[in-house]
Amino acid sequence: MKKPLLEIQDLHVSVEDKEILHGIDLVIPEGETHILFGPNGSGKTTLLNTIMGLSGYRVTQGRILFDGQDITHLPPYERARLGIGMAFQRPPTLHGVRLRDMVRLAAGNGDTIDIEGMARRLNLTEHLDRDVNAGFSGGEIKRSELLQLRAQSPRLVMLDEPESGVDLENIQLIGQIIAELLQKTTHHHYERRVSGLIITHTGFILDYLEADRGHVLCNGLLQCSGNPREILQNIRQHGYEECVTCRVLQRI
Amino acid sequence: MSRVAEDIKEKARRALEKPAPIGPDVDLRRYRDEVGERPPIEDLSKLPEPQRQRMTKAGIDVTERQRAGSLIVMDHSVVHRRQNIQDLEILDIRQALQSYPDIRDFWWKAVPVDADKFTATAELDLDTGYFIRARAGARSIFPLQACLFIGQDGLAQKVHNLIIAEEGSELHIITGCAVDLNVRTALHVGITEIYVKKGATVTFTMIHNWGENVEVRPRTSIVVEEGGTFISNYVLMEPVQTIQTYPTAYLVGKGAVARFNSVIVGLPGSHIDVGSRVVLQAPETRAEVISRSISAGGRIIARGHLLGEAPRVKAHLECRGLMLRDDGAISAIPELGTRFADVDMSHEAAVGRIAQEEIEYLMARGISKDDAVAIIVRGFLNVKIEGLPAELQADLDRVIQTADLSGL
Ligand SMILES: Nc1ncnc2c1ncn2[C@@H]1O[C@H](COP(=O)(O)OP(=O)(O)OP(=O)(O)O)[C@@H](O)[C@H]1O
Ligand SMILES: [Mg+2]
Repeated sequence: MKKPLLEIQDLHVSVEDKEILHGIDLVIPEGETHILFGPNGSGKTTLLNTIMGLSGYRVTQGRILFDGQDITHLPPYERARLGIGMAFQRPPTLHGVRLRDMVRLAAGNGDTIDIEGMARRLNLTEHLDRDVNAGFSGGEIKRSELLQLRAQSPRLVMLDEPESGVDLENIQLIGQIIAELLQKTTHHHYERRVSGLIITHTGFILDYLEADRGHVLCNGLLQCSGNPREILQNIRQHGYEECVTCRVLQRI
Repeated sequence: MSRVAEDIKEKARRALEKPAPIGPDVDLRRYRDEVGERPPIEDLSKLPEPQRQRMTKAGIDVTERQRAGSLIVMDHSVVHRRQNIQDLEILDIRQALQSYPDIRDFWWKAVPVDADKFTATAELDLDTGYFIRARAGARSIFPLQACLFIGQDGLAQKVHNLIIAEEGSELHIITGCAVDLNVRTALHVGITEIYVKKGATVTFTMIHNWGENVEVRPRTSIVVEEGGTFISNYVLMEPVQTIQTYPTAYLVGKGAVARFNSVIVGLPGSHIDVGSRVVLQAPETRAEVISRSISAGGRIIARGHLLGEAPRVKAHLECRGLMLRDDGAISAIPELGTRFADVDMSHEAAVGRIAQEEIEYLMARGISKDDAVAIIVRGFLNVKIEGLPAELQADLDRVIQTADLSGL
């Protein structure tokens, strides 16, 4: 059994006094990538933001462990320093802060990183000297989030719909970069230590890396888990209604 | 004395008790008018360390390596003057008025002498000031620098500066204002009249580094002729007791341009009332006013006024304010006016606190909360100024980025 990197136990989360997540249990072992499916409004972003520790997401019950440590009440920067990284679905614009500086900050001190080289690969060379997300297109925001994550190089990579709004040409690029982030391009299996939790509606990412497990979140509960390709196939054929039924079947 | 000069004096005498239309009133009698002459200072880098620091913080380069010339006023004396380029003159205003009698044609022409008690007292009891003139076609990438320094507690310093950029010249000026560490109370009254002739460019960068009990009343007007450009940058990040100023640019020639950028940090106890006004008096003139204010406990009134008095003008005003604490105040007061239909004039104003979302975005990258706030604050103050030479922008960035924000 691989060592668990992220362990979520009976997690209940409220936003503005309304419970959105009603008891999530999820384990992501070291080196595994999990895919999170689920209809709009089911609580996927809420789950990621809660793992990141953003305010407004109040844990009312349960806990989150990272590498064995209880992080349920740590501020986001301590979680980031432990190795949790997230690409935001809709990040804010930072006026007067250049992307170059943001990338450097994300890399932390001491690390020497090739900002120019990474930016070139992501077609963001010109964006380095612009304010973070100021006037960035939807696709540019996605790539800029990946650039920051590359610099941050987290042990748990959380991506919230990395493909949405990205054109066909760039989707391939993004797929490759994500695979690298997750060390899926490393040949020796035992070197894979980075874990992933990726929200996707399209499942595009499965064309670029082997994901280990898929989960379906409906109405604030994980309704089923299993092979991500099979789950995607099921959702494509029967929609999300089936997942609820499917869980009932599993229980019997 | 000539008739004209006598008229000016008479007008001033009648305005001596006239309070300014805005801003707290000042009792001029509270401040000393007399002070001894200061000896000349040959080498600025030999200044005592605290004075050098205060000046450097106000943008003055004491090595003078990156400057086209310098003039330093301490109290009521011009203690240092250096002019490196013949066609970029910088000298004591009193000497200039004697050597060049015809510059009297510009004296009190942009700023009315009877505007208020401050203009009046500057006329009746002038201490000193600087005269800067760029001859036609003259230019330098390095700026001229002028420093107005007060070293005596309780002193009133009244200066009158005159700047003329002749046709096609390009003039960059840094004015740094500071008080010495021992100065608790002081009054600074500064009249500045700037004339930008046809096709000339003037950038005027002013950095204020006053003290907690210093009262400041600058009175500035600019006249820009056809095709001329005037760019003002104003930075106030240190304590001041009260400051009230409302520089006004008159765009009198076709296609003239004015830009005002101000970056203001209001610390506890400071009352800051700073505005920028552009009167677009000729067709196809353009103006942009950008103001960024942060209250860390101080009271800030950020004004902006665009007046379109000619057809086909274009002007934009942007006032943004950031409240860092609950005990300060910011009022953003933008004002637009015109009588013409074919103008393009707009404004935006916003005040509020730092968005939690922005702080957390940085925190999610591993940055502590305090650092995240500091990064956002610096970013907010970081205004990139179109038309400003890179060297000057770098100077300005340095002042803003190295300011001590830890107390905010
Ligand atoms: N700040 C908030 N205030 C009120 N309701 C919120 C807030 N944030 C989330 N919610 C609600 O919580 C529910 C879950 O939202 P969440 O963003 O987690 O969904 P999602 O699964 O990521 O959906 P999508 O696929 O559309 O991104 C939604 O009903 C949403 O409206
Ligand atoms: Mg979502």
